Amino acid sequence: MAHVDLSPPVSEAQVRELRLGDTVTLDGTLFGIRDATQIHMFDRGRETHFDMNGHAVIHTAPNVKKVPQSAQYPAGYASVCIGTTTSARMERFTRPLMSRCGVRIIVGKGGLMDESLQAFQELGGVYLAIIGGTAALETTWIEAIEDVDLDDLNPESLWKFRVRGFGPLLVAMDAHGASLYDSVRHDAAARREQALKSLGVHS
Amino acid sequence: MKVDPAAVEEAAKTLYIRALKVLPDDIKAGFERLSAAETHATAQQVLGTMVTNIRVAEDTDNLLCQDTGLPIYNVTIGRGVDLDGAALKDAIAAGCRRATQEHPLRSSVVHPITRHNEHTSTGRHVPVIHFDFDEVPERVRIEMIPKGSGSESGSWLRMCLPAEGVDAVKTFVIDRVLEAGGKVCPPTIVGVGVGGTSDLCVHLAKVAATRPLGSRCEDPEGAALEEELGRAVNSLGIGPQGLGGDATAFAVHVETAATHITLNPVAVNIQCHSARRASATLSAEGIEYGF
Repeated sequence: MAHVDLSPPVSEAQVRELRLGDTVTLDGTLFGIRDATQIHMFDRGRETHFDMNGHAVIHTAPNVKKVPQSAQYPAGYASVCIGTTTSARMERFTRPLMSRCGVRIIVGKGGLMDESLQAFQELGGVYLAIIGGTAALETTWIEAIEDVDLDDLNPESLWKFRVRGFGPLLVAMDAHGASLYDSVRHDAAARREQALKSLGVHS
Repeated sequence: MKVDPAAVEEAAKTLYIRALKVLPDDIKAGFERLSAAETHATAQQVLGTMVTNIRVAEDTDNLLCQDTGLPIYNVTIGRGVDLDGAALKDAIAAGCRRATQEHPLRSSVVHPITRHNEHTSTGRHVPVIHFDFDEVPERVRIEMIPKGSGSESGSWLRMCLPAEGVDAVKTFVIDRVLEAGGKVCPPTIVGVGVGGTSDLCVHLAKVAATRPLGSRCEDPEGAALEEELGRAVNSLGIGPQGLGGDATAFAVHVETAATHITLNPVAVNIQCHSARRASATLSAEGIEYGF
């Protein structure tokens, strides 16, 4: 179990070096995406002017405050509270995010499923688990909202954050077909019968 | 006692913001209890980060979680209270809107078909407002619950058969907790509704999920089920965030209602570890805030 500091963009080789159980801290650029962002990008053909090649995205829709543009607030937004949403709803967008936009790292909570795991393996990507519901803490890792695109979808715009010391995040799905969620799910399913027996249920 | 809609509006606004920032003491105590009992190293760290977040939110006067949720207001009206019900509903919605625009908060509320967001945290039938009555003289209590979507997606109803008995209820709860895994932000409060009509059953599950930790089902049959199911759920090993561990749930809460001879309904509604709620008591002395 290694700890790695990464400043995206990262290469395929860098991502393939990460193994389940490693921890990662991100510095620099992190893109924020969510349901509507991806529905519009991948189902309705909307384009973004951001170059996301080799970058990391986080499943989020932040609380922001509109402020005058300045060096501190280049996009005219101050962050109020930025946290992470449940990834599973966006399972079907992992492959297009990687194949069309070149994304290599997805930060989220609750995990993704088989299709994503396969995409990570084939195209070279990882899923980094953040602790859901700890947005106050995450917000302290965000330096600025650098830019925003598709802002008619606000709060589900495509956000470009600048982060510092964003982590540690846990490699919970790697590029070698390993998923911590799968192993926990598998173990929990194996305990089902015993749990039901303890409740006097015999199936 | 006459209720002033302006005071209700102010309370509705303050409650939304307060609920999003300060976790009730019973939930904080729940974290201590789970942390002390947790045997998995990763799960210990995850719980530690959650506890740190509670402190950071208070220190920085920030929201615990970015999900401002669907706003729910539970209003309990005592005896001898003189109020204009329609004005009260308007005042609550106005307070909810003002919290969103003045703090500001992310409006998480959209039209279900157009997905249009009015950026007010309100819309058709939202905020959700429930009215109830109690015996307390000259008092109105307003409880506010911002219900996050990760855990609200963990909602299910099954109209079981009488011949399937309580075994079907127990099996349903275990299987839904397994299905939810880490998606509902464990450790959770698993709310279970048993009996009633379909809509009442689902409502009871929500009441159960949002009840303070340490409270018990008033029906002894339901209370016994809470104990049993609580132990069983925490034997599954799903753990905080679904990353493995002992702390899958703070508790299982059950609420029951009489049902039809041919029905055996069970519903599950889950509350995440950011189990937020706040309350305001309006009386002749003014407004007092609590949990």
